[in-house]
Amino acid sequence: MHEQQWPLWEVFIRSKQGLDHKHAGSLHAADAAMAIENARDVYTRRMEGVSIWVVESKYIHASNPDEASSLYDPANDKIYRHPTFYDLPDELKHM
Amino acid sequence: MASTDLVEYVLQLADNALVLGHRNSEWTGHGPILEQDIALSNIALDLIGQARYLYQYAARGINEGAGGVLGGRHGEATEDTLAYGRDAWDFRNCLLVEQDNGDWGKTILRQFLFSAWQYYFYDRLRGSRDRELAAIAEKSVKEVAYHLRWSGEWVVRLGDGTEESHERMERAFDQLWRFTGELFVPATYERSLITAGIAVDLTLIRSLWEEKVGEVLVEARLVVDGGGGAASGGERGGAGAAVWMQTGGKEGRHTEHLGYLLAEMQFLQRTYPNCEW
Repeated sequence: MHEQQWPLWEVFIRSKQGLDHKHAGSLHAADAAMAIENARDVYTRRMEGVSIWVVESKYIHASNPDEASSLYDPANDKIYRHPTFYDLPDELKHM
Repeated sequence: MASTDLVEYVLQLADNALVLGHRNSEWTGHGPILEQDIALSNIALDLIGQARYLYQYAARGINEGAGGVLGGRHGEATEDTLAYGRDAWDFRNCLLVEQDNGDWGKTILRQFLFSAWQYYFYDRLRGSRDRELAAIAEKSVKEVAYHLRWSGEWVVRLGDGTEESHERMERAFDQLWRFTGELFVPATYERSLITAGIAVDLTLIRSLWEEKVGEVLVEARLVVDGGGGAASGGERGGAGAAVWMQTGGKEGRHTEHLGYLLAEMQFLQRTYPNCEW
């Protein structure tokens, strides 16, 4: 018998209508349908979600950590990019 | 809630759910892959949850005097005395659910054959004139819809998979098919309840079950011809004659497997009565 590992999938869960899908974790599955069912069984057991996205991990392209300083540091002194000069009413949620 | 018939009927449904739930729980920690271990454990929990509602209902009937000896020998009946205090001949579950797990394929096929029945059964039971049963069915049918989908996909995946997985599924089919006939034979205590509109008329769900099961088995290459629904599955190998169907579970006559299952499941309560943690 030979061991064959199922491909890895990244799971994104939307916790309620109107919010974004958030990365919840990863799991193994043979195909997309099984990945969604596995995600349902592994990540929504305690009513965490109303919608699931899965994508095979190999299709996720990541930025290179070695380039972090050139990618992110330049934003450091651009304080005017933050909307911090406005007063937000208390009723406003999810900003 | 009044009649002994009804108590026995509720116990049948409860025992089905508990016994299959327990069987599935035997896989917990032993599943072929973590994600499927969790999937089957979730199904086990769904079933045990259904069993609890049903046992609680049966216990109320027994305590109101309708249960005869079904409630266990001593004192007030509770969901626990019903699950842990009865012997194999008191259990009313069908033979299919008590069969041993075998390999993953057999476990999957057992789940699929039973979930297909349980889905159409609960769907009908929603219209029962017994409101408690109707409510339990309403809640449970959604869970079972998922069990059916999950197990059906696995049956196809394994049946139409590798040579080895196909062979194992064929073996599982030969071991389990003979226990499917009982699902459609009403027990003695069931008949008056069907007339009263309380129990599900099994003749009404039989063709639905056959169609669903036949469809999946054909896709899984486990039967050649789906024309006769699952009925053609009884004639595999071209023998022509249908497989002899085993019955008796719903009347308390079980296969040897149930005793072993109960010995393990009931051990703690039998050895340390009323112990809690």
